[in-house]
Amino acid sequence: MSVSAQAIRHEYLRHNKKFPHVWCPGCGNGIVMAALLRAVYRMELSKDEVVLASGIGCSGRMPTYLDFNTLHTTHGRALTYATGVKLANPALNVVAIMGDGDATAIGGNHFIHAARRNLNLTAIIINNSIYGMTGGQYSPTTPFGSTSTTSLYGHIEHAFSIAELAVTAGASFVARATVFHGELLDRLIEQAMEKRGFAVVEVISNCHVQYGRRNKLGNAVEMLQSFKENSVTVTRAAKLSAEELEGKTTVGVLTDREMPISTEEYQKVRQRASTTKGKV
Amino acid sequence: MKTLKPIIDRYELRFSGSGGQGLITAAVVFADAAGTYDGRYVCQTQSYGPEARGGKSKAEVVLSNSPIDYPKSLNLDLLLAMNQAACDAYFFDLNADGLLLVDSTLVDQYPTSRIIAIPFTEIAKEELGREVVANMVALGAVGRLCERVDLNNLEKALLSRVPKGTESLNSKALQRGIEEAEKINLAELPRSIINEEEEV
Amino acid sequence: MMFNQESRRLLLQGNEAIAHGALAAGCRFFAGYPITPATEIAELMAAELPKVDGTFIQMEDEIASMAAIIGASLTGVKSMTATSGPGFSLMQENLGYACIAEVPCVVVNVMRGGPSTGLPTCPSQGDVQMARWGTHGDHPVIVLATSSVSDSFSITVKAFNLSEQYRVPVILLSDEVVAHTRECVQLPEQKTIRVVDRIRPSVPPDWYKPYEGDTRGVPHMAAFGDGYRHHVTGLVHDEYGFPTQRPSEVLQFQQRLTKKITRGFADIMITRGFMLEDAEVAVIAYGSVARSALKAVEDARKQGVKAGLLQLITLFPFPRSQVTPVLEQCRAVLVPEMNMGQISREVQRVNQNRCVVAKHNRIDGQFITPNEIHGHLIKL
Repeated sequence: MSVSAQAIRHEYLRHNKKFPHVWCPGCGNGIVMAALLRAVYRMELSKDEVVLASGIGCSGRMPTYLDFNTLHTTHGRALTYATGVKLANPALNVVAIMGDGDATAIGGNHFIHAARRNLNLTAIIINNSIYGMTGGQYSPTTPFGSTSTTSLYGHIEHAFSIAELAVTAGASFVARATVFHGELLDRLIEQAMEKRGFAVVEVISNCHVQYGRRNKLGNAVEMLQSFKENSVTVTRAAKLSAEELEGKTTVGVLTDREMPISTEEYQKVRQRASTTKGKV
Repeated sequence: MKTLKPIIDRYELRFSGSGGQGLITAAVVFADAAGTYDGRYVCQTQSYGPEARGGKSKAEVVLSNSPIDYPKSLNLDLLLAMNQAACDAYFFDLNADGLLLVDSTLVDQYPTSRIIAIPFTEIAKEELGREVVANMVALGAVGRLCERVDLNNLEKALLSRVPKGTESLNSKALQRGIEEAEKINLAELPRSIINEEEEV
Repeated sequence: MMFNQESRRLLLQGNEAIAHGALAAGCRFFAGYPITPATEIAELMAAELPKVDGTFIQMEDEIASMAAIIGASLTGVKSMTATSGPGFSLMQENLGYACIAEVPCVVVNVMRGGPSTGLPTCPSQGDVQMARWGTHGDHPVIVLATSSVSDSFSITVKAFNLSEQYRVPVILLSDEVVAHTRECVQLPEQKTIRVVDRIRPSVPPDWYKPYEGDTRGVPHMAAFGDGYRHHVTGLVHDEYGFPTQRPSEVLQFQQRLTKKITRGFADIMITRGFMLEDAEVAVIAYGSVARSALKAVEDARKQGVKAGLLQLITLFPFPRSQVTPVLEQCRAVLVPEMNMGQISREVQRVNQNRCVVAKHNRIDGQFITPNEIHGHLIKL
């Protein structure tokens, strides 16, 4: 590819409007955002046909910076707004960007139902194991025993595994990467957007400010380093025992299956309804 | 078709019994006939408990020649009671001149001698072979006795609302109800109000 | 497919008439969740929308339903949801979003007895103040109330028109009595129905300021996908749609939100007067209770009492300009409601001791009868 990374960013960022951004130096959100832009670039999508919806939290600010049709919704509801957009105009390419608390606590019910419903949507969940914007409270993915401002004496609940939850709930495509795995992330986001059906990419990210600092995980670079060390690919994981996988993050494509897509099925409903002589 | 009786202000009917007897359907068909086909103003309301079958059920129709303000009944002109509980509960809502019509298959204690008793359920079960159309037998009787709805229109409304394949059964049920009602001589019913000219 | 409604006479429930009104007004998207006594609206929309190239979806809850209709409306499709009290409570969050992001949509609340699960099959008017103030923060909203089956059709059309005209969610309050009463209505031919659509931008995309009000204070609305890429947010935003905390921009934004409604008062405030010309006492009522009130007023007239009725169709913004003359003319007004006095407090606020304002409240899940109102009215 001859175009520079900078040229791609300049093409898609609303650079002359609302910068600087709200993210802390070293935040993983920027890596995810750039991966998304490269995917859109490679797919040669027109900016007019892309809708980026988000909820509330640090991830929720991403749409503000990008020159698409952007929709910054309420906390946890990105997928429900995205559902309305996609159903009302299926020609649009709709991506929902969410955080871990956003997608799996307050929006948990919407998340599993979106997976079950199987609209042709892409959900990117940036999982940094903490509520960052509100100052470091435990989220549904905060590990057992860790410290947050609402679990000062050690967290006593157990974490969701978001990608596995999505698989169980029926998503067509589920993948996971970390912000360390830049190239893999690029590829997975593109695959997810190309996928016809509900596609989920969970991205393990670093909040060194609110989570890393309290749990002595080091700065951004050190956290990324640990993502590298603790990750195993799906193919390699298949060969490892449960003990060997303890504490590891599986990255890659967890599931990729073909299922009827509800926007297309609804088109059939329209045909059936029009040919049914129903009384009003 | 004999001419319909006039409506002064409003004419009110209540179809009552238990959930599952099809009383709301009967009231809706009646309202459709009087409203859509006869062109009167109609209001049809209902109330029922949370259960889909069993429990108390009532449906009302108010008829008028002018727009109807209060949509529910104020003083019933006709009460159809398809079980004892409904008869007991609603009898006192009937005006003194009103008609009480009961299913004598299911109602055996009569609160008044001014009563029209027809075995709707028995007719449906024994003659028509389907207990479920007792409501339509009753509808036919109500239509004939109230004299405020065109009976041809009642049948039209009925046929437009019943499931395919059940038209002839329902239509037969309606006609049986009308026939039963024909046998009743309203003038012979005991009256609780005596006309002025009859006063001594 | 063109929606081409013919004029026809139908026996309909209030709920069904709302669905017919929505279709006639151009509604092509419905998201909802089953709830008594509003479900028939969803059922009819599920049957009819696919025939006219529209979309119906049953969401996982009312939060999601409200969000989905906002999402659909952002693509330029007129949208509606329908619910009752418990679901309306859940919708408040995203209803606020529709207010701040100025997304046209219609929310029907068929009121039932509350609070909480309350009395699911009993009528109530307990959600009136919630319809006005349910979502947090000062916000513009229009609340209409229907009292009959034919109103349920025409006021639904009006609700969509106001929503499109002012880019504001419109809440249509029905109640269990209106919802489940069947009446014959003559549905008008489609071409005779006045249907208003949101104004789309006419400037080139580069010039487009998505949140710049026009002379009415209402921004022109581009649909997602038609070339006017813009940002929509629940944060307070500037004319470009981007978040701002600058006091001057925040103030300008908040004032425009309010003023776009106050400028339209003449359009928005709808009432009906009955026998008010020489009235010495009046009833002020809305929804199904207005019907009992009309009967009561007619009965009082027969006895020589100079009574009248002001029926409110628009509840909020409160129709002060129509209520005030009644308060000036009459020695007393009676406000019957199936709640503890949610509109009577508005009447009292406007009254400022001009006349006696009496309340008649019923909260036992029963419909207010004409006799009750009549009995109270003739004592005033």
